[in-house]
Amino acid sequence: MNAKVKTDPAQSKGGNDPFMVRDCALIALATGKRARTMKELRDFLENIAPESIYYHFWGSLLRPRFEDPEYHNDFAAWCAHNLNDEISAERLAVVDPSQFESMEDLRSELIEIIDERIDELDVLPATSRDKQFEFISSDIVVFATNHVINEPSELKEVIPGLSRGSIFYHFIDGRRRNPESIDDFRSWLLKYDDSYQDTIMGIAEIDPYFTSLTELRENLSGVFSKPMQEAV
Amino acid sequence: MSSLIETYAPYTGFDVIQQLKELAEPLKGLRVVHVNSTKEGGGVAEILHRMIPLMNDLGIDTTWEVLEGNPDFYQCTKMFHNGMQGDQVQISDKLLEVYEETNRQNADRLRDTLRDADVVFIHDPQPAAFLKHIDDRKGKWIWRCHIDASKPNRQVWKYLREHVKNYDASVFSLAAFAQPLPHPIYLIPPSIDPLTEKNIELGEQEIKLVLEQFNIDPERHLLVQVSRFDRFKDPVGVIEAYRRARRFIPGLQLVLAGGGASDDPEGQIVLEEVRASAMGESDIHVLELPSDAHRTINALQRAATIIIQKSLKEGFGLTVTEGMWKEKPVIGGNTGGIRLQVVNHHTGFLVNSPGGAAMRIRYMLKNQGKLVEMGVKAKEFVRENFLITRHLREYMTLMLSLVHGSKHRIDLNKNK
Repeated sequence: MNAKVKTDPAQSKGGNDPFMVRDCALIALATGKRARTMKELRDFLENIAPESIYYHFWGSLLRPRFEDPEYHNDFAAWCAHNLNDEISAERLAVVDPSQFESMEDLRSELIEIIDERIDELDVLPATSRDKQFEFISSDIVVFATNHVINEPSELKEVIPGLSRGSIFYHFIDGRRRNPESIDDFRSWLLKYDDSYQDTIMGIAEIDPYFTSLTELRENLSGVFSKPMQEAV
Repeated sequence: MSSLIETYAPYTGFDVIQQLKELAEPLKGLRVVHVNSTKEGGGVAEILHRMIPLMNDLGIDTTWEVLEGNPDFYQCTKMFHNGMQGDQVQISDKLLEVYEETNRQNADRLRDTLRDADVVFIHDPQPAAFLKHIDDRKGKWIWRCHIDASKPNRQVWKYLREHVKNYDASVFSLAAFAQPLPHPIYLIPPSIDPLTEKNIELGEQEIKLVLEQFNIDPERHLLVQVSRFDRFKDPVGVIEAYRRARRFIPGLQLVLAGGGASDDPEGQIVLEEVRASAMGESDIHVLELPSDAHRTINALQRAATIIIQKSLKEGFGLTVTEGMWKEKPVIGGNTGGIRLQVVNHHTGFLVNSPGGAAMRIRYMLKNQGKLVEMGVKAKEFVRENFLITRHLREYMTLMLSLVHGSKHRIDLNKNK
């Protein structure tokens, strides 16, 4: 059963706004752009919508995939599995999208990596039509839930009952929305001065890659179930 | 009292149900119509039988209309279907006239319902030409293509494209199936329902009785392929794979079970070809089942050692999903949506030939532990990705996206 925590936001310690839990649903869209070679991948990347780059980094968390992915973005996985070029796959795999201020910066980095690899190769790898890279974009619908968290101590009750969409919205999508490129939980807790540093550190240590949203929810629950320092 | 949607909580978790309720809030009161060409038989009808009550349960006013046609109409649309999957077909002008006239008559019959609906889902090519007959339509119209259209016959697609290009959006099951169209193209795989007769848990006694009914030995290994008798499902190739495997596993049995669909006129011809290929071998069971034999199919899938779906072309392959939900590994053709579900060494094996299928059958039967492990993984994979609750969420997300102008980020909280 989901915990519903509703109290007067004005009672929040430290005067912080309550944490309004939201949910989101992603829907994939075909772009019609398909790459069969490394060069085509690079050329499409130059102009593809930023939503498509976002989808190929994070959308895998919300779509069918199997167990622990070896590569945590689709570009790297395609280079490895369909172009059989593990060098480009490795270089693309280490790109952390949360380290870039904008999607355009991320796009430039991806193109730079591919250009560098193209320069190194005598023959550009290609794949068959049925293994081509399908550029996919997505629409994201964000909506309200019944959960309102007034105090950090309430997180441990609420998190286990949240949907995977809520975890995605606050833990993954928040990195794109927050100026510090951090998730919504840390962003909220940081407003309590230094009172929740241990919890913030615990959240920071959760690697959003190589995992599923269900596991991320468990990881977050684990952090919030530890005793929290109260705000003074 | 629990609502219909809450009965899914034991399979999906309560969080999934709560999310669906919240997502449905802004859609309450919307009038939605689905149109397809048959109430019985085939994956589309099966999904709609469950999707419509669920959407209503969530407060979305949803109805289902069925197009009515004569044998010439279905012959034409079967050729569309085969052509969309890449077959070389020549459709006469006379049949195309029947197609257009049937669409006009049915659109006239349903005019009021379609005109006033907020969202209309038109499923597959059969009713695709409705749109041009409802010129004063109020809502958003979506063409939902369930077919593997990755390499369509160009003439067939050229003709159909003229009918679908003016829709507000289209939906394909996979990106690889999507054809260029001048509107948003959404990607939504289909799903199965864990609460239908085809997928609910069955007692051992019921399974045993079904096996007895068809003279199948419960003590020996059983391969099961369930699908329409259609050449794209390669039933004759399955028999060849079975015969090759049987040289090493003499007790092996095979079931080819096909349900009829009222919009498939070729089924009987292919069934005769399959029977001729089986040549009366007692361990090959070719079963022509009525379209409502859901419990029988359920029992056969549960009795199977391995599920086979050796399709040459496949829209998605819901029989694969059904088999996986019953904790069975699958040997599937390396095509279409089967690729999305069958992951080599995890949930089964993808194959490209009868010989390849035979080799994988032998491998799995020699490695019983692996076989069980793959079955367990297969069920969890379906639970996370291919149940009707996910499908429902995506249909609702699509409707919200379209109603709000297909923007990449739609924040409903900002509208409050």
